[in-house]
Amino acid sequence: MTPMDAVTTASARTILICSGKGGVGKTTLTANLGVALARLGKTVAVLDADFGLRNLDLLLGLENRIIYTAQEVLAATCRLDQALVKHKQQPNLALLPAGNPRMLEWLTPEDMQTIAGLLAERSDYVLIDAPAGIEQGFKNAAGAAREAIVITTPEVSAVRDADRVIGLLATMDVKPVQLVLNRVRPKMMAIQEMLGVDDVTDILALPLLGLVQEDERVIVSTNRGEPLTLEDNPSPAGQAYLNIARRLCGEEIPLIDPSKQRQGLRARLINRLRKTTGLF
Amino acid sequence: MTVLDFINRLLGREKPSGTMARERLQLVLAHDRSDLNPELLEQMRREILAVVQRYVEIDIESCDVSLETEDRVTALLANLPIKRTREFPLPPDHDQPGVLGGEGKNVAADPAPRDQADGAEVAGNDDATLATEGPAAPQNPEKPQQVMPQ
Repeated sequence: MTPMDAVTTASARTILICSGKGGVGKTTLTANLGVALARLGKTVAVLDADFGLRNLDLLLGLENRIIYTAQEVLAATCRLDQALVKHKQQPNLALLPAGNPRMLEWLTPEDMQTIAGLLAERSDYVLIDAPAGIEQGFKNAAGAAREAIVITTPEVSAVRDADRVIGLLATMDVKPVQLVLNRVRPKMMAIQEMLGVDDVTDILALPLLGLVQEDERVIVSTNRGEPLTLEDNPSPAGQAYLNIARRLCGEEIPLIDPSKQRQGLRARLINRLRKTTGLF
Repeated sequence: MTVLDFINRLLGREKPSGTMARERLQLVLAHDRSDLNPELLEQMRREILAVVQRYVEIDIESCDVSLETEDRVTALLANLPIKRTREFPLPPDHDQPGVLGGEGKNVAADPAPRDQADGAEVAGNDDATLATEGPAAPQNPEKPQQVMPQ
């Protein structure tokens, strides 16, 4: 039995969260999705696979409670449940912290699969927060996942990098791969000064799992180490993350393109002119 | 968006930047996805032209071979205007430079395909791989013989 068999035979869904480009919201999505799924009654393990630049602990507010990491679990110097850090408010959610950055030197894809397999045995959902880039660290993380969520923003660099990652995932037999579009600015999209939702989904040819609007509350929640999805009445981005969790669980929640929903006078005027005159 | 930008947009002077972003992405991704470096693409292009040249005379100047992507499928689109057909195809081992003549240099010296901003457009409006210009009926037999290697 190979290490990956433990992942594939488990009933848990092992989902890679990746983007290619850094800073588009992988870790924020992992933290919020982890909390949201736990709130829906699922047992969730989040694995920080970004050994070089770990941050998932910080976004979940668990940085002071780490005793052991994935490194000790692999070396068998501690048990998995000793290393797992349970979330305070959501005990269904546990974090397996990334080890020392020096782990990158010796970690193999099999090691990653072993860890994912251990987590899959005891969870409904295993979320793997991938590192940015498409190098070995990413490949290790992707090799331990069965499906993936690619997160991107409506910017040329982020979309291009996402495309590279999607190409790599296709060769690694990770599927399904779904798309989350982050930092959506409806006003700019409505006047076509930003890549639109359709532009991105057409180019990347992936099913859309969620749209997250640009939201200042994300910064506040990161400062506090309290994911938005912990709130009972979450802000727009928090609600978007909750919807993503629900869709993952199979609920049908319509996706509304906010740039087409409520347009300002200027956008309406431009669109009207465009349609009637065919000017541009 | 400033008032000036707005006026420019209204008058159709300027494309919205989102549209530009999409167009630039589509072009760059076609090349990213093909995983062909420009050098290899150029080599392939030259060989394709050489093969086609064996059967028909093509207008090297206006030939366009480019990559285009839609729905994650990348296609190689070649738009090769035919001057005239050859009655007898040239042998496979014919002397390439001789056939291409002076025009052959043009093909080789073309800039990297990525720089052909109009590549997608040319390929887009012509779904066929071979476009004929004017009558493509067989011409007098002397013509092809002129380019035959000795």
